[in-house]
Amino acid sequence: MNNSIILVAATRLLTSLLLLFSIFMLLRGHNLPGGGFIGGLIGATGFVLYAIAQGAEATRRTLRYEPQNIAMVGLGIALAAGVFAAFFGEAFFTGQWWFAGADPADPDDKGLPISSVLVFDIGVYLVVFGSILTLVLALEEEV
Amino acid sequence: MAKSSAEVPRVYGGPAGWISVAIPAAIFVWMLQYVGPVSAGNTVLLALDWVPSMDIRLSVLIDGLSLTFALLISGIGALVTLYSTKYLGTHPEYPRFVLFLMMFMVGMLGLVLSDNLIALFVFWEITTISSYLLIGFSSDEAKSRRSALQALLVTGTGGLALLAGMILLGNVAGSFELSVILQQGDMIRAHPLYVPIVILFLAGAFTKSAQFPFHFWLPNAMAAPTPVSAYLHSATMVKAGVYLMARVNPALGDSELWFWTLVIAGGFTTVFASILAVRQTDIKQVLAYTTLMALGALTLFIGTGSPDAIKGMMAFLVVHSLYKAALFLMIGIVDHETGTREADRLRGLGRKMPLTFLGGALAAISMAGIPPFVGFIGKEFLYKAGLGHEQATIWITGTIFAASVLMFVAAGIAVLRPFTGKLADADTPQTPHEGPWAMWIGPIILGVFSLGFGLFPDTVEAWLVAPGTWAVYGDYDYTVDLYLFREVNAAFLLSLATFATGALLYTVHRPMRAWLGRVMEANPIKFDPGWDRVLDGLKALAAWQTGILQSGVLQRYIFTIFATLAIGVGATMYLKDVLNFRVDWAGEFDGLLFKHWAVLVFITAGAILTAITQSRMTAIAALGVVGIGVALIFIMFSAPDVAITQLLVETLVVVLVAVAMLKLPHLGLAKDRKRRPLHAALAGVVGVLVTLVMVAVLQGDIDRRITDYFEVASWPEAYGRNIVNVILVDFRAIDTFGEIAVVVIAALSAYALLRGTRYGNTDDEIEEGRK
Repeated sequence: MNNSIILVAATRLLTSLLLLFSIFMLLRGHNLPGGGFIGGLIGATGFVLYAIAQGAEATRRTLRYEPQNIAMVGLGIALAAGVFAAFFGEAFFTGQWWFAGADPADPDDKGLPISSVLVFDIGVYLVVFGSILTLVLALEEEV
Repeated sequence: MAKSSAEVPRVYGGPAGWISVAIPAAIFVWMLQYVGPVSAGNTVLLALDWVPSMDIRLSVLIDGLSLTFALLISGIGALVTLYSTKYLGTHPEYPRFVLFLMMFMVGMLGLVLSDNLIALFVFWEITTISSYLLIGFSSDEAKSRRSALQALLVTGTGGLALLAGMILLGNVAGSFELSVILQQGDMIRAHPLYVPIVILFLAGAFTKSAQFPFHFWLPNAMAAPTPVSAYLHSATMVKAGVYLMARVNPALGDSELWFWTLVIAGGFTTVFASILAVRQTDIKQVLAYTTLMALGALTLFIGTGSPDAIKGMMAFLVVHSLYKAALFLMIGIVDHETGTREADRLRGLGRKMPLTFLGGALAAISMAGIPPFVGFIGKEFLYKAGLGHEQATIWITGTIFAASVLMFVAAGIAVLRPFTGKLADADTPQTPHEGPWAMWIGPIILGVFSLGFGLFPDTVEAWLVAPGTWAVYGDYDYTVDLYLFREVNAAFLLSLATFATGALLYTVHRPMRAWLGRVMEANPIKFDPGWDRVLDGLKALAAWQTGILQSGVLQRYIFTIFATLAIGVGATMYLKDVLNFRVDWAGEFDGLLFKHWAVLVFITAGAILTAITQSRMTAIAALGVVGIGVALIFIMFSAPDVAITQLLVETLVVVLVAVAMLKLPHLGLAKDRKRRPLHAALAGVVGVLVTLVMVAVLQGDIDRRITDYFEVASWPEAYGRNIVNVILVDFRAIDTFGEIAVVVIAALSAYALLRGTRYGNTDDEIEEGRK
């Protein structure tokens, strides 16, 4: 790979920033532009940048888990989030919600909403993240 | 003590072994609660909606037939898994084996308990796939891989035919629920689609249950570890075809077509297989062919269809599962402890392995049909059914007589000869000794049941055979009566003749085997090599059409794709007359601001640069510019989610393509000068067509009903204000789930392609690559 010092130095910062930003996008996605798909793309972009600067091998070490495993775990999480509803006798993929600390008297106060929908979105995030990195790293190593 | 058990074996499975025993045992106990209601003539229906919009339900039908199967599957399953803890417990892949076996068991139980045809089909395919994985368990042996693939292709093809048959049947009957379909036999038999339905169902059943001419895969499937042979390829899976025929008998049976097809194919398989059985020297192969014989006999009697025949079929089904599983487990112990299964090398093992001998002997006496074992009852009632039949008395009775005689001989070859006589130490690779309790307990329990059911036929009659007969015959008023001996009649005399002929043939079975071998060698029709020729032909056909269709030149692929697009879109637009509108071109440009013009120029410049540049990197970057321009348009028209996604995908695509193309040579434009006008013309046509489509789309009013619904419902129902994301993760989450599954599959396939080229494409090349 090319050894541009600026790129190498900048990616250290940029990768972590992009990763943080991707989680921000993931979490806010339900009400504002964002979501698991976009978050996963941003997260993957961070590591793609890292791979360009540091090489595929260093990226694999930094990731610690094989990207294809990350994608498959994500698929499993998404499935689990969908099946979760079945335990409450509802159709698969019906969202289950828990409004932490919400005031039951006030219909507009949702407190901190925690839901199977968010878990599903995290699964989507991991699938997109892992799949793109699977491709990019395999391609980089092949060339 | 032999060397292998003196060392402390490493156990890889951990708790996998005991869990795998506990699950089937628990299911067995749980299923027992239904014996009472079912033997009283009731059926139990349980249901859970699965895909309600397509009338697919996870519904369970428990009647005599399905309960008999469920008890056999779980009961024998528990014994086989217990046996496997010792047989394969030290194998490095043991946990994987347990996983496959459990997967199979779930599939098989689902298959026999499903009331819904589509659910039944899904479980049917699970058994096919797990059988493939289990036959090919020793995946480093080419023989195992071939046998596994053969079983998969034969039963898988039959499975597809079955699916087609099920869809036809479901449409004819107006329901996919068996409990509804089985009530409509007369209507279905009179329907014009009756013949195709029967043919498709039988294609599925015959391949699964290895009926002639699809029999060849089953003996090859014995490449699987012995517990698998005992479980899948004898007691349960191969009986799935029999189960299916028995299940649909009230709806599809009772016609000339059904009768003759089943009676002839079943009868032929029976005789053919029993002759091949006594020809084998490998005892496991002897048992494999006798299993084929049993499947043939079961098919024959379902086809016969009289109440006596169905009763005989149900009795024989139970009888055979008990003794055949026991015998397979027994030969597995012999193989495990002596290192060979060759009939000629094994003698006098009875003194060294008394408990294995006991289990094997109980099963073999039942198989030979000697009283007071239940095998005798099974055979008696088959004879009675054959003699009582009006149309094909000689064919049915003769078939069963020949098969029973050869069964008698096969029982002798499998147990009498190896365990009696003088011990010949030097002939076996290992010194024979008794196996561990977990292994011999299975054959003994099954053997005791064979004896117990024979001594107390009323129990097996009341619990299993009578309810099963009612379910298959479709008449709950018929009185089923099983007994060991009542009077000297024709069937009893035939039994005596069977024993006499069998004993006579056993004394000469070795010269007879040699003679049969010569006769078989002379026979020009061989199915197994024939299978190879069919497969080779298929591969040659694939290679031929690939050579024509797949040029390997990317430009031609893209040309074909775009030409197809242009013709398809153009023809549709012409035929549907969608271009019949007037556009106020001047008015279209009225509302455009400077920023819109700027983006348009930006995109156009990028597109032109992409087309004319000589450098790949420039082309990729210019294409990225086009994409970013499109993203800007999304932003201007308030679609931030789409814009962000577009921007990110565009960025990643540029990176991916750049990495992939880095090593490719310069764009060889000069070489292809002759084709350039053609390519330019096609590009122009596609561009014009796409533009026309978009203009045409904008002419109509946009139907906002769906958008309005989501806008209203998003917050109150899904607690989200970003409708794009709410649709993705909540309203249409199952679509998203399908999409991300596709993403994973695509990534893994691409990964495999990129990595696979390192090793090559054929088995030999991969083998080379590993070295």
